Amino acid sequence: MNFLYAAYTATWIIHITYLVILARRYKRLRSEIEQLKKK
Amino acid sequence: MKRAFPILAVLTAALLSYALYEALVAAPTEQTMGNVQRIFYYHVPSAWTAFLFFFINFVCSIQYLVRRDPVADKVTNWAVIVIAVAACIAPFIIRPLPAGIEPSSVATTGIAIAGLYFLIKKYFPAGKTDALAVASAEVGVVFCTVVLVTGPLWARPVWGIWWTWDVRLTSTLVLWLIYISYLMLRRFSTSTETPALAAALAIFGALDVPLVYFSIWIFRTQHPQPVIGGGGSIDPRMLHVLLINWLAFLCFAALICWSRYRLEILQREVEETQALEALLEPRSSR
Repeated sequence: MNFLYAAYTATWIIHITYLVILARRYKRLRSEIEQLKKK
Repeated sequence: MKRAFPILAVLTAALLSYALYEALVAAPTEQTMGNVQRIFYYHVPSAWTAFLFFFINFVCSIQYLVRRDPVADKVTNWAVIVIAVAACIAPFIIRPLPAGIEPSSVATTGIAIAGLYFLIKKYFPAGKTDALAVASAEVGVVFCTVVLVTGPLWARPVWGIWWTWDVRLTSTLVLWLIYISYLMLRRFSTSTETPALAAALAIFGALDVPLVYFSIWIFRTQHPQPVIGGGGSIDPRMLHVLLINWLAFLCFAALICWSRYRLEILQREVEETQALEALLEPRSSR
């Protein structure tokens, strides 16, 4: 049973990590766009 | 799409929750392996999803290369049509087909390949297929990572070992490494030829996908035999749960691929604007 939970948890950790990376990239890009608009 | 995105995200989250419930609670417990077999409901759909997104990357890479030359573009269009027609005719000519391969599945695969090729061509302009290639490769790598993590977690209690260097496992690891190198190339190379080089690498990388998929049909491996096709069988209730999970993962992968694609397009626009600004700045300062 531990292996089952480990596999499901690992799957969601991988997906959530990727989603967080995507969100951070969006945030960085938005700040770059804001800087360009200011110029 | 922008307005529909939150609705689709909520629907996908609901579908993923339902699929999780089906996998952990509703699916019958396998007699010999017990509950650890339920890893299969995440492992197999993740592998199928990774293969699909690597295939999308393959198609986009071909289109990125051929759509720059009208003649090559036309030749490729006809080649894709020939592949689809050949896939429909082949089952009548090649008899008997290898064990477990149905004539209808050969024809369906051929038509699906051609359909996907022309769908991408219709909805993605030539300049944007490269952005879709990057997005699909990244999503494919995420799902392939899930496959490589959940596989050993299933193998340890069932086989007694975490890993073995058999064809299926090794070719999957090689596939993952090829696409990691593809993403590294895209990330760190600043040459103007990077998209073309990456497209060529992706085409070679995609050749590993059929090897991974058919390795358990062709070679004697420790990995379990296919449960669908290839002479395998599965309890209909388990098949239902497997397909629900695949649908849920497909929707999830499509959403994150779309987000990544939009991000890539936006990033390119910002980089172009920054480059233009850098060109104009010296003049304005004079």
